Amino acid sequence: MSAAETTTAEVPPARPSPPPDSGASSGRPEGPRRVSAGARPGAARGASAVPWALLAPCLLVLVLVLGYPLVRLVTLSFQEFGQSQLWGFKPAEPAGFDNFSKVLGDGEFWAVVLRTVIFAAGSVIVTMVLGMLVALVLQRVSPWVKTLVNIALVASWGMPVIVATTIYKWMFDSDYGILNYLLSKLPGVDLIGHNWFASGPQGLAVIMLLVVWGAVPFVVITLTAGLTQVPKELEEAARLDGAGSWGVFRNVTVPVLKPILVMLTTLSVIWDMGVFPQVFVMRGGHPEAEFQLLTTYSYDRAFQVNDYGGGSAIALLTVVLLLGVVAVYMRQMLRIGDVEESA
Amino acid sequence: MSTVSTAGAAGSATRVRPSPTPRRGRTRAGWNLLGLCVFVGAGFPVYWMLATAFKPARDAIDPTPGLLPASLTLDNFRRALQIADFWGPVGRSLTVSLTVVVIGMVIGVLAALAISRFAFRGRKIVIVGILAVQMVPLVAMIIPIFLLLNDLGQYDKLSGLIVTYLTFVLPFTVWTLRGFIVNIPKELEEAAMVDGCTRTGAFLRVVFPLLAPGMVATSVYGFIQAWNEYLYALMLMSQQHQTATVWLGNFTTKHGTEYAPMMAGSTMMAVPMVALFLLVQRKMAAGLTAGAVKG
Repeated sequence: MSAAETTTAEVPPARPSPPPDSGASSGRPEGPRRVSAGARPGAARGASAVPWALLAPCLLVLVLVLGYPLVRLVTLSFQEFGQSQLWGFKPAEPAGFDNFSKVLGDGEFWAVVLRTVIFAAGSVIVTMVLGMLVALVLQRVSPWVKTLVNIALVASWGMPVIVATTIYKWMFDSDYGILNYLLSKLPGVDLIGHNWFASGPQGLAVIMLLVVWGAVPFVVITLTAGLTQVPKELEEAARLDGAGSWGVFRNVTVPVLKPILVMLTTLSVIWDMGVFPQVFVMRGGHPEAEFQLLTTYSYDRAFQVNDYGGGSAIALLTVVLLLGVVAVYMRQMLRIGDVEESA
Repeated sequence: MSTVSTAGAAGSATRVRPSPTPRRGRTRAGWNLLGLCVFVGAGFPVYWMLATAFKPARDAIDPTPGLLPASLTLDNFRRALQIADFWGPVGRSLTVSLTVVVIGMVIGVLAALAISRFAFRGRKIVIVGILAVQMVPLVAMIIPIFLLLNDLGQYDKLSGLIVTYLTFVLPFTVWTLRGFIVNIPKELEEAAMVDGCTRTGAFLRVVFPLLAPGMVATSVYGFIQAWNEYLYALMLMSQQHQTATVWLGNFTTKHGTEYAPMMAGSTMMAVPMVALFLLVQRKMAAGLTAGAVKG
């Protein structure tokens, strides 16, 4: 009998339609002694060697390829480490807080911080708002439109960042770019020969557009999945109570989607603070001063000026800056961990 | 318990599927129009890449470009294949990406099982650790990794690049697989064990087959990530050992950029990845968000 249950239950999962749990759970009451020993906290005594054995290779690799470099990043930022140290002519000298005081005392650093924060915040906000709007639109369109939009979204999502950057560089080319040509067709607009990268803010706006274009699909597809889980009854109840579309969205949809929204926003912050190839490639490997973000700034400091200590200090400060946001995401993820553990 | 909540979520998901009411028919056209705008906005860059790739190079630099290519040619692809070496970088990218995925998958499945099926002291710390390392920007790591590989004599070696790529593929693999495993009801394993399977047996016979699609999706996704990586590939490999993403930079020289062949090169890089991506993206979105939605 239970054998039959397992076979009937072998429906492919993952799709949000897990096998009918009636079959499987009916076998559970008679479930014998400690089959799920590890699964239940408290009952786990003695079994704790197994998970650690399973984790060992992963932890080992992570410590080696991530842990060590991270520690090195910290030690580097407290050292004077330049070209002669790189070639081993001179030993690395402890520098105390020199790197940090140099960086923090530099007006340019603060300009870069401000620029990075504005750039990341702008990208995240535009991505989230656009993503939400598109997801809502997708709920209301005909199936064929939905298919078309999905194809376009997946194509831009799957596009390698380098390829996407190259395409944008081409579209925004001052002489032969399609964008200048198309915009100039609008009455009163003449952008023929306009160089979008002549000024930092304008160039960064183009780069932001590129970042948003690449980021929106993930948000849309995730939110679309999330929207199917918003109980229709709740929406209808709200509507009966006299809520308009905005009211329903604010008071029903957003609260239900909140965990996803928090996750997406946090991930976007992390990704958008880490934007590098877009700026680097767009500016031909040498971003001008007004294009520098924290990532490219740290890179420049290390590999152009050969000040590895200073570059590390900037990188470390970037990580610290991110920690505030990460804390929020962590709490969310930990809650998920809790739910699973107590399940 | 976990099954109940999953089943509940799935139930509402099916119930919610909007049934178009006739009343909505009139506004539908407006929404469709908006949807088409999104389609054009999101799709245009891709279209423009393809259009440029297939049109004669001299049409590409026409000051009044036509939105539709006047004639089609494969010359740009020929030119792209000539520039530097094409198959060398592609071969290197393949080697690196496949190796990273295989290593990541073997190690990742074990680790994902540990954090999703076992309660043990320190579990939370491990989870936080794995999540936390995903948040360290790659650029922050490039300086110490560069120095480390330099010290170990692994600079400009594929092996060095492979190990480096594990920094981002492995945490991602573990976290996503965890999402897929959580979606498999524990009761299935328990039922198998009631029938006399050992814990390992239950895993191999019940969980593993159910996890396979998730593993495929995660592998493909990890592969794409490794293939698309740019910064490490640029920094850790010399010009003569460059990978496919870096190869794309060869179209820009002092004398300007050859855009038409460059778009042909971009097409060759992007189309296989987008095709792979199409195959797995639905599953990936489900896996990535499993925890967040179900929580």
